[in-house]
Amino acid sequence: MISPHSLAATHAAKRRISAHTRVLCGARRAESTKAEPPPAGGHLPGIATSKLLRTTRDAALRTPGISWKDDDGGAPTREFGGRETRKMNVYQAVRDAMSIALMKDETAVVFGEDVAFGGVFRCTMGLAEEFGRERVFNTPLSEQGIAGFGIGLAAMGHTAIAEIQFADYIFPAFDQLVNEAAKYRYRSGGQFNVGGLTVRTPTMSVGHGGLYHSQSPEGFFMGAAGLKVVIPRSPIQAKGLLLSSIRDPNPVIFMEPKILYRSAIEQVPIDDFELPLGRAETMVPGSDLTLLTWGTPVYHCETALSMLANPPAQLAPHVPSALRTAKIELIDLRTILPWDVETVMESVHRTGRLVIVHEASRTAGVGAEIAAEVQKKAFLKLNAPVRRVTGWDTPVGLQYEKFYMPDAVRILDSIVETLTY
Amino acid sequence: MFRVLSRRRLAPLARRNITTTTPHIPQESLGDIPTTQSPITSTLHFFNSVTGEGKQIPSYRVLDGAGNVIPGAEIPEISRDTARKIYETMVLLPTMDNLLYNIQRQGKISFYMTAYGEEATIVGTAAGLAMDDEVLGQYREMGVLLWRGWGIDSAMSQCFGNEEDFSSKGRQMPVHWGSPAHHFHTISSPLATQIPQAAGVAYALRRDPFRRGKSCAAVYFGEGAASEGDFHAGMLFASTIPSPTLFIARNNGFAISTPASEQYFGDGIAARGPAYGVDTIRVDGNDVLAVLAATREARKRCVEGGRAVLLEAMTYRVSHHSTSDDSFAYRPRQEVEDRKRIDNPIARFRLFLHSQGWWTDGEEEELKARLKKDVMTAFKRAEGVKRHELKELFTDVYGGEEPWHLKEQREELAGLIKKYGADWEPWRSELKKFKDNDEQLQFVLVSSGILNQEVNKRLPNRGGTEHILAPLRPA
Repeated sequence: MISPHSLAATHAAKRRISAHTRVLCGARRAESTKAEPPPAGGHLPGIATSKLLRTTRDAALRTPGISWKDDDGGAPTREFGGRETRKMNVYQAVRDAMSIALMKDETAVVFGEDVAFGGVFRCTMGLAEEFGRERVFNTPLSEQGIAGFGIGLAAMGHTAIAEIQFADYIFPAFDQLVNEAAKYRYRSGGQFNVGGLTVRTPTMSVGHGGLYHSQSPEGFFMGAAGLKVVIPRSPIQAKGLLLSSIRDPNPVIFMEPKILYRSAIEQVPIDDFELPLGRAETMVPGSDLTLLTWGTPVYHCETALSMLANPPAQLAPHVPSALRTAKIELIDLRTILPWDVETVMESVHRTGRLVIVHEASRTAGVGAEIAAEVQKKAFLKLNAPVRRVTGWDTPVGLQYEKFYMPDAVRILDSIVETLTY
Repeated sequence: MFRVLSRRRLAPLARRNITTTTPHIPQESLGDIPTTQSPITSTLHFFNSVTGEGKQIPSYRVLDGAGNVIPGAEIPEISRDTARKIYETMVLLPTMDNLLYNIQRQGKISFYMTAYGEEATIVGTAAGLAMDDEVLGQYREMGVLLWRGWGIDSAMSQCFGNEEDFSSKGRQMPVHWGSPAHHFHTISSPLATQIPQAAGVAYALRRDPFRRGKSCAAVYFGEGAASEGDFHAGMLFASTIPSPTLFIARNNGFAISTPASEQYFGDGIAARGPAYGVDTIRVDGNDVLAVLAATREARKRCVEGGRAVLLEAMTYRVSHHSTSDDSFAYRPRQEVEDRKRIDNPIARFRLFLHSQGWWTDGEEEELKARLKKDVMTAFKRAEGVKRHELKELFTDVYGGEEPWHLKEQREELAGLIKKYGADWEPWRSELKKFKDNDEQLQFVLVSSGILNQEVNKRLPNRGGTEHILAPLRPA
């Protein structure tokens, strides 16, 4: 089942991830060519070998929900023939989206801490050179200033693409985002709005981020009526959802899972396209259980599904053979606020079981909101309690991360427990 | 008395600057330091205050308390008509404040904040700006909107939150005004949030080919709000990312009960400007001619240089902080009375107008009577106007498509009102205050025909939106 090709890809991905993790520490990229023995437990799908990633041009162009935003007005819409794709990782796709936004919208500007030289995650590489320092520029180191400045630009009808360097540092801007950006349209009776504002920020764990380079604060913004919160899982998703966010008539917080910046690679259409906000995507259809997640854990869920169907020897005793053919529906929520109740409820009504997976801690997390709504709307259809596989209600301790995160084995356990309830 | 008061209030500031003498800077180079181009000195010397020698930043003044031009001052270029319009707007402010303050006391509106004592600061700066300069205020700047012709009716409607309140459709508390047509961004309660926003607004003006070099963003705030982190952020952004932002600090001595001496330890707000590399001026905020001249020059520097400028207007909050505050709990009544009598910005300007032959006692009588009548008429009118439709509770949260959860919650309320609206007295009486709900109090939102398909069939869909108003019970 595992081809030599995918084996090589696994190692390549591991190298990329470890190289990436060193970026934070400021160490040099290691260029080891030493062959490594295959891991003892056999090979499981990871980010590098994920079947959820679209690694061919054909698959990329068939991305569900894709809508082309060609500006050659009047010309017949090109579907496959004239479209090209290019291999990109997430940071390149994010950069590509911003480049298109800047090219097509003269009022668009990109700003934040250290974005001018390309950004600490390279998402703005070359944009300052291409579009000039008036449109792509560094700000002083002040998150409340970045958010406030962006709100001012957007209030004048301009397109403001702001970056907060890590989602962990968005809290100084909480007042500007929750009291100001979210309420701008409502409180002015619709006379003013800051729909042109998009705040990009790297989110979720990276393996060694400790307390302040690991957080998933989407839940804190879920109660901020007036904001939208979007989290992509892959390069195609990042580009399409970011372009939608930039053009949406509402302020959007766009959280980019930073461990995917280099590790998730797809063929990405080079043209201007959008993916819809407020819509979840069913990635794997199923009929026995709904597995709902977003961002990095999408790949842990994929691994868990693989382990369920084909458990490694050590785990086999924990996975009853009757469950191995279970059909699990895997859904990427994509937009946290407003979330896609329609897709989730349709799925839960069919499967009768729901497991929600997110990295943020459990209490009052996004999972709590969804679980409450699902039990209200599907009380008689549920065959098991809604389970939440989440980070614990602790900060993200550095050396404890492996046991903090909702990894594949925890997800597998929840699936088994829910199926056997 | 004015001088005594003034010295007492500023005394703590003077004390702390006693040690500054300029250090000796040698002619020959003693080397260099990579992160600065400042000369090197061998003198161990600490700095405080920006002027050195223990002096504070001076306050620019044109007229003395009796309306006479002080020695060395120049009267700014001003026509008789402009001067009279400034004066009339200054007098309109306390006329409206009196009425709105009193009707709040009678429970007719929920809240109010007067601008007593700050008329010259507000109207003087407004007159020094172009009519289309973008203004971001704190809350005590109604005078700017009135100067721009927004109208007494609009102010009354906002305070009542009635159907003619377009500032916020009755959603925000009184005095939270806004009007895009008058380039006045809607006020919000969180202090200082408008300050970094102003830097963004100014940057947008700078990038707009039609407004570059023509317009600035003027942002008002009190000396208390300047303690917020957002003040720091705003000054920093507007100076570092050069933007034509005019910072106008109303230093009226108090933030609710906190005197300025407990708000900062330096030389007021103005002393911070040079630290950010921003051109700065302090002005006598009760001298409308000084405020006007300073604002004009500040604006000119802002627009022509494309950079930030800071103007600190020294004034005194004669009024209580708001209708929820009794300021005599923390300051002597006599101090306020003395202020009103000795340093009244309106009286000062009136004396000047008299000296120019631009104003007579007869005109004064006529103006006061006319404004009082206009304000009373507007009040009577606004009082009788109903509120917006109740559905506006749910609109404008998002632009574009209404999210499912808001639609559901809107329908939930509609269902509850259908169920209890006629029977539950607190709701029944409240419903009558909304537009279209006189006789059949069941206003309500029917969405996509889900709630009441029959009613939907009978009614025209208004504007093709997702929701319409429909009487759920026949009269």
